[in-house]
Amino acid sequence: MAWFRRSKQNIQSEGRKETPDGLWTKCGGCGEIIHRKQLEQNLYTCPKCSFHFRIGSKEYFRILLDDGSFSEMDKKMQSTDPLNFVDTKKYSDRIKETIKKTGLNDAVRTGTGKVNKISVVVACMDFAFIGGSMGSVVGEKIARAIDKSLKTRYPMIIISSSGGARMMEAALSLMQLAKTSAKLAQLSDARIPFLSLLTDPTTGGVTASYAMLGDLNIAEPGALIGFAGPRVIRQTIGKDLPKGFQRSEFLLEKGFVDMVVHRKDMKETVARMLALLAN
Amino acid sequence: MSKTVTDFERPVMELEKKIEEMRKYADNLDIAEEITKLENKVNQLRESIFANLTRWQRVQLARHPERPYTLDFVQHMLSDFVELHGDRQFGDDKAIVGGFGTLGKETVMLIGQQKGRDTKSNVYRNFGMMNPEGYRKALRLMRMAEKFQKPIITLLDTPGAYPGIEAEERGQAEAIARNLFEMSHLTVPIVVVIIGEGASGGALGMGVGDRILMFENAWYSVIAPESCSSILWRSWDYKEQAAEALKLTAPDLVEQGIVDRVVPEPPGGAHRSHEQAARILKEILLEELGELKKIKPEKLVKLRIEKFSKMGAWKD
Ligand SMILES: [Zn+2]
Repeated sequence: MAWFRRSKQNIQSEGRKETPDGLWTKCGGCGEIIHRKQLEQNLYTCPKCSFHFRIGSKEYFRILLDDGSFSEMDKKMQSTDPLNFVDTKKYSDRIKETIKKTGLNDAVRTGTGKVNKISVVVACMDFAFIGGSMGSVVGEKIARAIDKSLKTRYPMIIISSSGGARMMEAALSLMQLAKTSAKLAQLSDARIPFLSLLTDPTTGGVTASYAMLGDLNIAEPGALIGFAGPRVIRQTIGKDLPKGFQRSEFLLEKGFVDMVVHRKDMKETVARMLALLAN
Repeated sequence: MSKTVTDFERPVMELEKKIEEMRKYADNLDIAEEITKLENKVNQLRESIFANLTRWQRVQLARHPERPYTLDFVQHMLSDFVELHGDRQFGDDKAIVGGFGTLGKETVMLIGQQKGRDTKSNVYRNFGMMNPEGYRKALRLMRMAEKFQKPIITLLDTPGAYPGIEAEERGQAEAIARNLFEMSHLTVPIVVVIIGEGASGGALGMGVGDRILMFENAWYSVIAPESCSSILWRSWDYKEQAAEALKLTAPDLVEQGIVDRVVPEPPGGAHRSHEQAARILKEILLEELGELKKIKPEKLVKLRIEKFSKMGAWKD
């Protein structure tokens, strides 16, 4: 659940630094310099090596949902800083600054939309908001989205991207794992499909709750997916980790995801699966 | 008397030692009076220290090496216990103990995380850190309890789920998530008790229930204070501040609407008397299970999901 360091580290190690004019981006996979337009057309994946860039809910909704079909729920929901948490900074200030910087109110956006004309309830996490960490707002928004799914019987889709539970809401964050999983149990008992889409990175409390509970777990290529972060494991065992450890392909091999799907094929795959389940 | 003494317990311990020594020569009345006086003093001192414990001090008590563990509660609380082993898929995780036992007059399924008392037993128990097969063992036992309509008691006491290569390969996250999911809709009563350390998903993986009880000097949070310090303060030195910020004690968690009831500890903490701690818990468990037994299965599941659905704080 160490989203803080990890997110910093990733920004550096994946070298996604933009050029001063902001038009060119360096690929974190192969180092290729790609023009912004081309990157966008390629759904934020590298045309040369297929590296999947980290994107936000705005981009993902555009990729997955039919044009103009998205209708957002609980758009204004925000954290109340219930514990008056202070570390080197006040949590309430951290929230305010992050809202201003990202234009988002918290680390998930939820709503209804259509995938190739099939109605769905959808949630997508934003890693840009405090490392995509799950506190009360993320838990509550996902719980309400599942309620919507229960009511409409639209299939549920969650796109995860998170460093884990949010430390500044302590035990309240932890309880969101139980809360979202309990709601998914209700959804499952009602025989409504739930597709979990795992993107880079999905670790900690989010993996240990809804991200692993899909009827189908579908991962983007090369995404880091795990419970403990690589740094913690390395510290514990005092050894380097094997190549490809905790990546999507590794999880496929170990039996924890059903398929690894390129972002370009994601919409078609989701639509196909939903059609199969509905017919 | 306790062998390991925390700093804040020392004044009490020193007085107690003095009283014990005086007892050896207590054949004359003058000293007997003196002893009574000292005993009153020691009780007052203990009370005042324990009434003003900081959150970090409670964390230390929760980790006290002589604190009662799951098997101590089994010994003092159940009149019969048959330990069951394995997840039927991979192996038997020794960081968790589970089986059928008799509480009062009834059969219960008791499952608890188990630490060791010395280096050898700690290695055997993996310091109470479970691997995926541990969560799956717990789930197997809970499903069996449901099949035979027996209530479930889980005791939480872990510094966290084990962060190792094999644990990840075998799906640590999936194992925990599956338990949260399945425990949410089991049709028998589940009482969860945080007896020592409730560290993060590793603890919560056995922590979904109808009643959440917590010992007075236990802690429960999303992360241990030391790790929180290292991440947010970028130094290991802020564990006291982190413990304060995390608001991780039993009274804190009652206030946050997570814990239903605080289990009082014997004077000076549960490590001073395992037997008394177990007696207190047993009485509370009988009472809670008696109440839960009256609720119909579907209602029980509905109420449990509602209970967890309410947790958190937000503004629309
Ligand atoms: Zn590339």
